[in-house]
Amino acid sequence: MKASEVAELLNEPACAHNKKEKSGCARPKPGASAGGCAFDGAQIALLPIADVAHIIHGPIACAGNSWNNRGTRSSGPTLYKIGMTTDLTEQDVIMGRGEKRLFHSIKQAIDNYNPAAVFIYNTCVTALIGDDVDATCKAATERWGVPVVPVDAAGFYGTKNLGNRIGGEAMFKHVIGTREPDPVPEDVARDYAERGIRIHDINLIGEYNIVGEFWHVAPLFDELGLRILCTLSGDARFHEVQAMHRAKANMVVCAKALLNVARKLEDNYGIPYFEGSFYGIEDTSRALRDFARLLNDPDLTMRTEALIAREEARVHELLEPWRARLSGKRVLLNTGGVKSWSVVSALQDLGMEVVATGTGKSTEEDKARIRELMGENAKMLKGEGARELLDTCYELGADIMIAGGRSLYTALKARMPFLDSNQEREFAYAGYTGMVELARQIALSLESPVWAQVRADAPWAAQKRITGVAHCALEPEDVTDEEGDNAPEPVMLTADFLPPFAVGA
Amino acid sequence: MPEIIKRSKALSVNPLKTSAPTGASLAFLGVRRCMPMLHGALGCTAFAKVFFVRHFREPIPLQTTAMDQAATVLGADDNVIQGLATLCAKSKPDMIGLPTTGLSETQGTDIHGLVTRFRSEYPQYAHIAVVPVNTPDYSGCLESGYADAVKAMIDVLVPESRELEKRADQVNILAGASLTPGDIEALREMAAEFGLSAIILPDIGDSMDGHLIEDDFNPLTVGGTPVEDIARMGESVATLTIGRSLWPAAELLERRSGAPDFRFDSLLGLEAVDAFVMALSEISGKPVSARLERQRAQLQDAMVDTHFMMGFARVGIAADPDLLLAMSRLVRSMGGEVVAAVAPARGPALAHVAADAVHLGDLEDLETLCGEHKAELIIGSSHAVPAAQRLGLPILRAGFPLYDQVGGFQRTWVGYRGTRQALFDLANLRLEHHAQHHELTPYHSRFRQADTAGVATFAASGTFH
Repeated sequence: MKASEVAELLNEPACAHNKKEKSGCARPKPGASAGGCAFDGAQIALLPIADVAHIIHGPIACAGNSWNNRGTRSSGPTLYKIGMTTDLTEQDVIMGRGEKRLFHSIKQAIDNYNPAAVFIYNTCVTALIGDDVDATCKAATERWGVPVVPVDAAGFYGTKNLGNRIGGEAMFKHVIGTREPDPVPEDVARDYAERGIRIHDINLIGEYNIVGEFWHVAPLFDELGLRILCTLSGDARFHEVQAMHRAKANMVVCAKALLNVARKLEDNYGIPYFEGSFYGIEDTSRALRDFARLLNDPDLTMRTEALIAREEARVHELLEPWRARLSGKRVLLNTGGVKSWSVVSALQDLGMEVVATGTGKSTEEDKARIRELMGENAKMLKGEGARELLDTCYELGADIMIAGGRSLYTALKARMPFLDSNQEREFAYAGYTGMVELARQIALSLESPVWAQVRADAPWAAQKRITGVAHCALEPEDVTDEEGDNAPEPVMLTADFLPPFAVGA
Repeated sequence: MPEIIKRSKALSVNPLKTSAPTGASLAFLGVRRCMPMLHGALGCTAFAKVFFVRHFREPIPLQTTAMDQAATVLGADDNVIQGLATLCAKSKPDMIGLPTTGLSETQGTDIHGLVTRFRSEYPQYAHIAVVPVNTPDYSGCLESGYADAVKAMIDVLVPESRELEKRADQVNILAGASLTPGDIEALREMAAEFGLSAIILPDIGDSMDGHLIEDDFNPLTVGGTPVEDIARMGESVATLTIGRSLWPAAELLERRSGAPDFRFDSLLGLEAVDAFVMALSEISGKPVSARLERQRAQLQDAMVDTHFMMGFARVGIAADPDLLLAMSRLVRSMGGEVVAAVAPARGPALAHVAADAVHLGDLEDLETLCGEHKAELIIGSSHAVPAAQRLGLPILRAGFPLYDQVGGFQRTWVGYRGTRQALFDLANLRLEHHAQHHELTPYHSRFRQADTAGVATFAASGTFH
């Protein structure tokens, strides 16, 4: 990929980051950087397309350390879970045999796995030695009649965020618009017609169906007559991506990273879009309303309002017992971008107090929204390191940290309750129903009896407190929840707790 | 000696291989107050980090020289210097491990020259050890990268010490990549049985065993071999090396220290452990303790008990060479047969694997071979679990990475007790599988009447919940 092409992706005009004097993404600093590379980002954006053979062209590192580690789910094919790589050897690199191996690899994948398409991810080494991946893909497509799509995503091009855009750009350039959508199945069309419901075609962009969480929301779309032509890319199929250009409205879900796809669909095909999220009651309702607004169908608006009223009432009732347990608890939230405020409102729904939120990837609009929700003095974290994160927890008296998997063991080592809000998580938090699971998982960690046990000194140790934790540690008696009968028994350091050999010591 | 069958496919499907820089990072994670820094792009480090976080369920210190497009095209030397200086200033480690990657090697980095340059530009950090190692992604695997890093640490940190007076109660143990934190603890205990204090390099038993510390946070490795202990390895009376992959490192240490060198393929299985125990006895001049004798007798008892399940067992194994060798010998020593042996790359152990053939390949090959040769049991990492499920076979999880269960990272395999537990687990998998799949189909004679009494009805009636 040329430097100018990288620059163009970085300068995505629809991205609010680029409206300030400090534009684009900052250059990573050697010895003090964290986070993935462009290949990582491209793979995250596209791997969930379930019926595609995803071939990583390069030496083993890129595929070997990353295959089968995504929480995304498919309702059908599982081809995306099969790790595929050209696994280049030293001889391949020295003798320039990469392209040849790639060409044969594509054939092998087609012969053995019958994919709807093959995606080729170009990585650092193959980009550096100048393998012509575009030409190889073109030749393979012609030879075997299966679409073979190049994704030029060498890690050194930049960060994960850039990689997301590279993935989106590859779809826009090579896939979107190459096929018309299938007609609505006749019996379904008849059913909706009989009930007087007009069907609208829409896309979701940047929704990855982590642990299948979108399945909490998908039935609502069906109910409203919103046909999802394609989700880019959770539980997607190749032919669905091909037909994205026929949607009447797009939603960019959470990550701004695939904004370029939404913007180009608007520029080239006139499809309007909005940005939203399915985290929290308020956001889920807003997303549904925004679709009704963009589609400009008064009947849809009416039905949407009815559905929202019904769902909100239902979930409010389900959340009531959790609200009693979680109310007043203090959360330190460290997630990026839109999530920085969309999860804030979700937690406030539960009566929790958000004492700080991450704004590392947030735009000025995001920050304005945070101030609106949390007040003018809202504490904003700008991608602090682990040490600073913990100190902030102590300073603000946080009861639990909610952050990405990267902070998981930072919190646990500090004996701090934690909830994973990122793609590696194991529970589905999206939509109205997801909120109940979110509340349950927060309570599970927050109220766990292990904290008192791991914070207390060994019975034979002197009365010294564990350094650092002293500021934030719940004393054992603080675990008692005076209001709820459901609260777990506080774990006190009593005689039954001591190992037998310590009794009487 | 098994036939080594080379990779014949263009595409690697469901890779078994983990890259050499990842292996080198693992070795460096076994050194106290260390920070490994991969010389490559952001993703080289990020992926390796996620890989280990999933396996150990621990925070993993790992940094990057963060090569971007400009550095890749115009030269990344300054990234290395800047990265080292930043780490020294910010984290004050005792050691920085510096593995290269496919990207920096393709670019042609002179990593050793860069460390020399760093030394002259930043004399104030002379007290911080820096260990560079060439580990291009396109050659070797986790085991070879790990072995190269161990050799590099000896090269940089152990001074010429042939003339030094030896400490009679101090031994070196070079611990190969197939050993877990639990294995390392067991090694230390076994040496202690003979009154020997062991300098174990690398000591992931101390750093990656998963323990809470008093401090709430530490940016470096918590535990591991102290750098000053590595420097003192020349004072040890002998060196014990576990894993053929480490033999080049053992040779270097022997040249430096002059201490006699005892080498072992593995410590799994009665004979293998016996050889190790004999060596400890010889070095220390002490008899084998009653405690170890008891453990040995317990293992023998377990062998007798489990030979019914392990005899004729048809086993498929996918692992790096040293672990493949250890597991294949254990299976054969119990009367079983290794019908599919797959390694990700070449290694010195392959020539000794107890199987007719070793395939250099991936987990798709394992799956195919296990199907073709009617395997009954699989030994492999979490990545091999889907293959085992598709084949309907039980799997014993071993190697890297282990992420679909908790605690696999620390399980003890070595020694009499570790071997005994491995046999029990293998036998139990066989028992459970046999009960589920190999019962004879009942024969119903046409002369007998159909049963009416004594047949449970509650499940079908729907009234029982």
